[in-house]
Amino acid sequence: MIIAEGKPIKDILVMIEVYDKIIVAGCKGCVTVCSTGGEKEVGILSSALRLARQAQGRPLETKEITLERQCDTEYLEPLREIADHFPAVLSLACGAGVQFLAEKFRKHPILPGVDTQFIGVTEEQGVWTERCQACGNCVLDRTGGICPVARCSKSLFNGPCGGSKGGKCEIDSTIDCGWQLIYDRLKELGQLEKLEIIMPVKDWSTSRDGGPRKRVREDLKI
Amino acid sequence: MKAGSNLEKILASGKFAVTGELGPPKGADVSVIERKANLLKGNVDSINVTDNQTAIVRMSSIAVSAILVRMGMEPNMQMVCRDRNRIAMQSDIFGAYALGIRNILCLSGDHQKFGNHPTAKNVFDLDSMQLLQTLKRMRDERKTLGGDEIEGPPQMFIGAAANPFADPFEYRVIRLAKKVAAGADFIQTQCIYDMDKFERFMQMARDRGLHEKTHILAGVTPLKSVGMAKYMKEKVAGMEVPDEIINRMKSAGKEKAREEGLKICVEQIQRLRQVPGVHGVHLMAIEWEEVVHDIVERAGLLPRPEVE
Amino acid sequence: MENFEPVIVAFCCHFCAYTAADLAGTMRLQYPSNVRIIRIPCTGKVDVRFLLQAFEKGADGAYVAGCLEGDCHYLKGNFRAKKRVAVAKRILEDAGIGADRLEMFNMSAAMGPKFAEVAREMTERIRKLGPSPIKKNAGRPKGIEEKEKTQSA
Repeated sequence: MIIAEGKPIKDILVMIEVYDKIIVAGCKGCVTVCSTGGEKEVGILSSALRLARQAQGRPLETKEITLERQCDTEYLEPLREIADHFPAVLSLACGAGVQFLAEKFRKHPILPGVDTQFIGVTEEQGVWTERCQACGNCVLDRTGGICPVARCSKSLFNGPCGGSKGGKCEIDSTIDCGWQLIYDRLKELGQLEKLEIIMPVKDWSTSRDGGPRKRVREDLKI
Repeated sequence: MKAGSNLEKILASGKFAVTGELGPPKGADVSVIERKANLLKGNVDSINVTDNQTAIVRMSSIAVSAILVRMGMEPNMQMVCRDRNRIAMQSDIFGAYALGIRNILCLSGDHQKFGNHPTAKNVFDLDSMQLLQTLKRMRDERKTLGGDEIEGPPQMFIGAAANPFADPFEYRVIRLAKKVAAGADFIQTQCIYDMDKFERFMQMARDRGLHEKTHILAGVTPLKSVGMAKYMKEKVAGMEVPDEIINRMKSAGKEKAREEGLKICVEQIQRLRQVPGVHGVHLMAIEWEEVVHDIVERAGLLPRPEVE
Repeated sequence: MENFEPVIVAFCCHFCAYTAADLAGTMRLQYPSNVRIIRIPCTGKVDVRFLLQAFEKGADGAYVAGCLEGDCHYLKGNFRAKKRVAVAKRILEDAGIGADRLEMFNMSAAMGPKFAEVAREMTERIRKLGPSPIKKNAGRPKGIEEKEKTQSA
């Protein structure tokens, strides 16, 4: 799922400075799972903003709402019912949700309350780590299910580099060396011969480098 | 002959090669290059020019390499994958050849987090393996990566780096074999202090016949102090320094540390000359270029051979 | 700040802190009436939202009192509370209210005197810090009434 982290309260206060009332909109999707933008976090942030503004002598009225998702038009309806009474929306959804709201609510500035970080997994409660860079050209079959783009700091396709030490990456000893993981996994699977082949040059055009991407299923279009 | 460079000729003739290293200045001051180059002149067969090493911005390796050519010396231009995409790399390779550069090393590059611009975007469009393949393709097939015919193919002598001490150890020789298959005509290793481990690595390399397919130059760096030895052991990625070396540097005390460091270096070179499959030594006396002459002389490697 | 009587909310766990409060009463120990006690089954029940709401509703200070570490009746509740109090303190600091206005304490059911001491300590601390910054300006923040309405459902 998409992992995000809440922006610092002081940055949010700057963003909402000109407003006396604001909707704080959460999302029950990914940001709920990574405890950044769900109902609870909406409650905490709204409380914090109210307290901060009250202390500044400029009270803030907040309306808390948590949508099923912010990336599907139908789920935005509950917001549409209340939007007209407020000048702006602070969205705690991922970047996709914030942008979708901006497209669908033309009269409202939609402000991002979180920094969207990566596609990842829950390693344990409270710990989320990156797994996928959405490069559009998956090679996981060749690397034992471990992604060289996302898990190698240099996105090498024929790693590891000379900086791999003790299974850790040269840039941070808490980060696993992606290629050590690949090596260990292929060894476990008895597929080490896959590492004798030179992985060819990557086609980055399916990634962000090729420009904003689109996927269509004609058979699903009504 | 692929490039006809001095380094290539010396290696081809079976003589023990010596390469040096020059770190470009953190600015546009050419006098630094001239000073360092003159200290290396006559003591090494060709000089590595690093490419924004440790991700610290320095004068570009292509510029410094061209200056060395102008000075009548031979550069080994290093090219890292961190800062350039395939378009820029191929373009720079054309340019390098046009400027008289004949040896290129293809490296991954230290991550930008280490340097003075840690917030930069990194490129890594290609990795070092793919860059080797690209350069070989440009030279031998006369084609760019995209498939276009090249007018005036760059006849380069292609080099790569190997680190016998990085993990996983068992995989390092396989990776070396891949680099050779990708096109590496010569290999320079990371600097070696653990001779036993390096000899084990060379045994594994010889078992695969790699010593006949490529020229391996062993890296050495003279130690200046026990602090430097400890720093390399603890802080530098992919470096192994045995305690024995640390103790020797420590026992030498502050006064005799440098002399001990030089002594160790010379001993290492002499030992490396005996290792089958090692065709030369890559002497990295970073910011200590003054001692290169002394080391090479004491190791019995002067005068450097002149080849046709 | 003359005649400033702080309003302090204490979230006390049933098994230890609340019992200690009872004991303090039985022992006729004096502690300031500024402290309003809220009994909860375990400090692990404390949510960051409750802590912030206490301040939104006008508390000048608040604290969470639970069992001694290792002795929580529900085993780890007080450890969870400790982390949540830390998060809430950070938020209060960022919001300009002040991290020092919130604290976590641990005590056993037998520690009547400790309960009284903590109550006195917090009252004095908050008295020195002065009224909550939100009181500078009259009126309660809007949005809280709505919340109260929905929450009472």
